[in-house]
Amino acid sequence: MDAILFSAADFHVLKPVILLCLFGCGILITDAFLIRNRADRWKNAIPALAAQVAVAASLVQHLGDVRSGGAFSGLNGSMQVDGFAVFFNWLFVLAASLAIVISARYMGAEGEHRGEFYALLLFAQAGMSVMAAGYDLVVLFIGLETMALSFYVLVGFLRDTRRSNEAALKYLILGAFSSGLLAYGFSILYGISGSTNLGEIAKAVAARSEGDLALFLALITCSVGLLFKIAAAPFHMWAPDVYEGAPTPVTAYVSVASKAASFALMLRIFLTAFESAAEAWMPLLGAIALVTMTIGNFAAVTQTNVKRMLAYSSIAHAGYILLGLVAGNETGLRGVAVYLLAYVFMNYGAFALVAALRREGEAAEDIDDFNGLYHRAPGYTILLAIFMLSLTGIPPLAGFYGKYFIFLAILREGYYLVAVFAAIYVAVSAFYYFRLIRACWLLEEGEQQKPAQLDMNFGTRAALVACALLTLLIGIYPQPFIDLAGESVLAALR
Amino acid sequence: MEELLSSPYLPPLVATLLIIALFPLVAGYMVLAERKVLADLQVRLGPMRVGPYGALQPLADALKLMLKEDIIPSGADKWVFWMAPVLSTFTALSAFAVLPLSDKFYVADVNIGILFILAMSSIGALGLILGGWSSNSKYSLMGSLRAAAQMVSYEVPLGFATVTGIMCAGTLSMQGIIQAQYERGVWGAFDNYLLMLIPTVLFIIAGTAETNRAPFDLPEAESEIVAGFHTEYSGFRFALYFLAEYAAIFVISGICVTLFFGGWLRPFPNVGFLETPLNVGLPVVLFAAIALACIKGATRQIITGFKLGMFGLAGAALLLAALFAVPVINPLIVGLFWFLAKVAVLVYMFIWYRGTFPRFRYDQLMDVGWKWLIPMSLGGLIVNSIAQMLARS
Amino acid sequence: MSIDSILFYLFAVIILGSAIMTITRRNVVHSAIWLIGALVGVAGLYLLQGAEFLAGVQIIVYIGGITVLFLFVIMLVPVREEALTHRFSSQKWIAVFCSVVVLVILMAFVVHGGGSLEFPTREAPLEPGSLTKNSEEVGYVLFSEYLLPFELASILLLVAIIGAVVMSKTRKSETES
Repeated sequence: MDAILFSAADFHVLKPVILLCLFGCGILITDAFLIRNRADRWKNAIPALAAQVAVAASLVQHLGDVRSGGAFSGLNGSMQVDGFAVFFNWLFVLAASLAIVISARYMGAEGEHRGEFYALLLFAQAGMSVMAAGYDLVVLFIGLETMALSFYVLVGFLRDTRRSNEAALKYLILGAFSSGLLAYGFSILYGISGSTNLGEIAKAVAARSEGDLALFLALITCSVGLLFKIAAAPFHMWAPDVYEGAPTPVTAYVSVASKAASFALMLRIFLTAFESAAEAWMPLLGAIALVTMTIGNFAAVTQTNVKRMLAYSSIAHAGYILLGLVAGNETGLRGVAVYLLAYVFMNYGAFALVAALRREGEAAEDIDDFNGLYHRAPGYTILLAIFMLSLTGIPPLAGFYGKYFIFLAILREGYYLVAVFAAIYVAVSAFYYFRLIRACWLLEEGEQQKPAQLDMNFGTRAALVACALLTLLIGIYPQPFIDLAGESVLAALR
Repeated sequence: MEELLSSPYLPPLVATLLIIALFPLVAGYMVLAERKVLADLQVRLGPMRVGPYGALQPLADALKLMLKEDIIPSGADKWVFWMAPVLSTFTALSAFAVLPLSDKFYVADVNIGILFILAMSSIGALGLILGGWSSNSKYSLMGSLRAAAQMVSYEVPLGFATVTGIMCAGTLSMQGIIQAQYERGVWGAFDNYLLMLIPTVLFIIAGTAETNRAPFDLPEAESEIVAGFHTEYSGFRFALYFLAEYAAIFVISGICVTLFFGGWLRPFPNVGFLETPLNVGLPVVLFAAIALACIKGATRQIITGFKLGMFGLAGAALLLAALFAVPVINPLIVGLFWFLAKVAVLVYMFIWYRGTFPRFRYDQLMDVGWKWLIPMSLGGLIVNSIAQMLARS
Repeated sequence: MSIDSILFYLFAVIILGSAIMTITRRNVVHSAIWLIGALVGVAGLYLLQGAEFLAGVQIIVYIGGITVLFLFVIMLVPVREEALTHRFSSQKWIAVFCSVVVLVILMAFVVHGGGSLEFPTREAPLEPGSLTKNSEEVGYVLFSEYLLPFELASILLLVAIIGAVVMSKTRKSETES
C-alpha cells in the first residue's frame, strides 16, 4: 500500500502549477496583512510578477530537460511535459505578465483595485498550465474549470459597472453550459476506452470502426464544448459581450491566454485522442472555421466600440487558427503556434492602448474616442498602427507569419476554395483595422467634449513598447520563433 | 415459519419495529426528564400531578397532542405543510438504523454508517426549512431561514469533527469504529495524546447547534419569533416535530458516544480485572439503588394507586438488577446498558446547557460558527492527523 | 426481472419524473423540492452500482448543502408570480424542438451504439449483505491515482470561495458612510 504517491519527479513536472498556486495564496495573505493603504495596492503586482519569473525559471528547466531527454510525464501519466506544453506555458507567462503590468493603473483608476485580482490572475494561469500539460481527461477538465472560474470572477470584477456584471453572468452561464457538454463528451470517451488517460483513449479510438456512433457522439460533444471556449461561430455569442464588459486588462488576458489555453486543450485532444478519427472531424472543423471567419469579420465591420470590434476580430482570428488545425500538416500546426505567439503581442498592445485611453477619468472605448489621437500622442498612435497592421497580417509584422504558414498549409492540402475565402476575409479585416488607424489621424471639428487622453504609467509604457518591439522583431527576424514553435508542434505530432 | 425465522432480514426487521414502536415513548420520557432536570436547576418541582412524581405526564401530553384540532393555516402550502414534519421524523428515525446500540442489537452495520447518519440529518434540515416556509407566516419563515443558515454553518465543524473521529478509527462503519477503539485500548476522545479532545468538544458544541438546542435555539427562539418554524403547527404534526427533535438529540448523542466515548464498550475495555465490577457490579448496584429510591418515594405517596405504581417501578428495577447478575444474560444486555448510560449522560448535558447558557444573538451565532468552530475543527483535524502519523509510523 | 433491474427502473422513474416536475412547476420552492427527488434517485442509482460512498456524499452535498442553500436564497428573494408565468414563453417551442432533436440523437445512439461502450467490470460479483471496502477504495484511488485532480479541485474550490467573497464583500467606504 505504501507506494510513493508524490515523488520528486512529479514535483518537477508540476513545478509551474505549484509555484503559481503558492504565489496566488501568498498574495492573498500579504494583501490582507501587509497592505493597509488603498494607494499601495499596486504593490500586489510585485509578487505576481515574481511568480512569473519563478515560473519562467522552471520552464527554462523544463525546456532543457525536454531538449536533452525528450518528453517526460509524471503523476501516473496524468501530466506530460513536452515541447508543446512548454511552448504554451511560455505564452501564458507572457500574457499574464503583460496583464499584470497593465492592470495596476487600470484597476486603480476604476476603483476596484484589490489583491484578489492578482491572485485570481495567477490561479487562472495555473489552470491554463494544467490544460497545456495535462494528459488525463479529469486533470484537463479541472484545469479548464479552474481557469474558467477565475475568469468569471475577473470579468465581473468591476462590480459597479452593469456591463461588467452582465458580462460575468453571461460568461458564467454559457461557460457552465459548454463545460457541461464537454464533460458529457469526456464521459463518453471514458466509456469508449475505460480510461481517462489520453494515450489509452487514443488506442481505444483507433480500434473503433469507421462511423462508430459512440465515437461520433463523443466527437460532437467535445468539439462543441471546445468551440465554445475558443469562441468559434456559432458558439461565439458570449465573446463580444464579455470582451466589452470585462475590465480591459482582463479582456486582453481572456482573449489571448484563455484562447491559447483552449486551443492547447483542443489540439491535445484532437491530435491524440481523436487522431485516428481525423477524417470525421476535419470537414466539420473546416466548415466551422469558414463560418467563424465570415461572422467574425463581417460583424467587426459594423462595430463602433473598439473592444467589441476587437472581440469580433478575435473571433475571426480563431477561425484562421482553426484552419491550421484543419490542414493538419506540420506547416499548419506550426502556423497555429506562430499565430498564437504573434497574437499575444499584437492583441495585448491594442488592448493596452484601449485600457489607457480615458476621457475625464472614464474609460473611453468608442472608435470616435480615438479621433485625432495622433495629434495628441503621436508615438503611441504609431504603435497602435503597428498593432493594427499586424492584426491585419501585413508583412513584415508578426501577424503576417501566422497567416502565411496557415495559408501555405491549406494550399498544400489542396483546399484552394478555402484559401480564397480566407484571403478575401483578410481584405475585409483590413477595412475595420484601418478604420481605427484613420480615426487617429482625423482632426476633431472643434466643439464637443474634451478629447480622450492616454493615461499611462511606467508599466503600461514598458508593456506597450515591448509588445511593439516583439511584433516587429518576430516580423523582421522570425526564424528563432518559428523554430521554437516548430519544436512544440513536433512534440504534439510525435 | 422456519424459513422466516432463519431469514437474514428478520433481526433487522424486529429491531426496526422495536425502535419505531419504543422511541416515541423514550422521547416522551426524555421530555419529562428535561422538565424535571430544568425544574431542579431552577429549584422547582416540575410536573408532579399526573402519576407519582409526574411519571405519567408524557402519556397525558401525548394524548393531548393527538386529540387537539389539527389546524392548517389558510394560505399554507398544504402538501409541503403536510410533508415537512413527516420528512423530519422519517429522517431522524432512519438514522437509528445504523446506530450501534450494542454489539448484539442494531439494525444494520453498513460500511458508510456515519455517512448515512450525516446524510439523514442533512435531509432532516429540509423538514424544518420547508415547514417554516409552507406555514405562510412571517415568524415561521424567519425561523426556517435561521434554521437553514445555522444548519449549513454548523454542519461544517460537525463534519470536520466527525472526520477526525473517523480518521482516528480508520473506518466509516459504526461497529468498526467501536471495534477500533477496543483495539487501540482507549476511547476516541482520549486518543492521540488527548488531542482528540478538541474534536470531541467541538462535536458536542456543533451537535448542540445542529439539533437547535439552547443556547443555539434561534430557529425557535420564543422571545423573538414566537416558536419559530413550528409556530403554525398544532396537534399531531407538532408532536412529529417534537419527536424528530428528540430523536435528533438521541442520534447526535449516539454518534458522539460511538465516535469518542467507546460506544457500547465499558470504560477501560482492555483492563481485565475491571470486567466484573464494571459490567456486573455497577449496573446491579445502580438498579438496586433506583429500586431503593422508588421504595422510599412510594412511602411518601398518599394515593394508593401511586404508591402501588412506585412499588411496581421498584420491582422492575430490581428485576433489571437481577438480570445483570445472571451470567448468561449479562453479556447480552451490558452493551446496551453502557451505550444508553453514555447517551443519557450526554442528553443530561444537553439539558444542562439549556438550563445554564443564555441564548446567542444571531450575529454571535454566525461568528462562533464561522470564525471559531470551523478554523478550530480544521486545526483539530490537522493536529490529529500529524499526531496519528507520528504515533503509528 | 431481477430485483436489481426493478430497482433500476424505479429509480429511473423517480429521477425522470422529479426532473420533469422540477422544470414544469411554477412555484420555485416546489421546483426545489422536486429537485430533491431527482437527487435522491441519483443517490439510489449509485447505491445500486455498489458505490455507497458516492451515494452518501451525493445526499450530503447536494441535498444537505446545495438544495438547502437554494431554498435559503429562494426564500430571501421575493419572486413575482407574473414574472414566472411569462418567462421564456416566446422561446418555448424552440426549446422543445431542440430537446426533441437531442433526444432523437441520443436515442439513435442508445439503440445503435449503446452496446459498444466498454466499462471496467468488477472482478467478483457482490455477495448480498457483504461489506465491500468501497469507501476505502475511493479514498485510496483518490490519493494515489487521482491525487493530482484531487489537489487541483481544491484550488478550484479556493478560486470559487475567493470569487464569492470578492463579488459579495461590502466596500469599506460603504460601511463607513
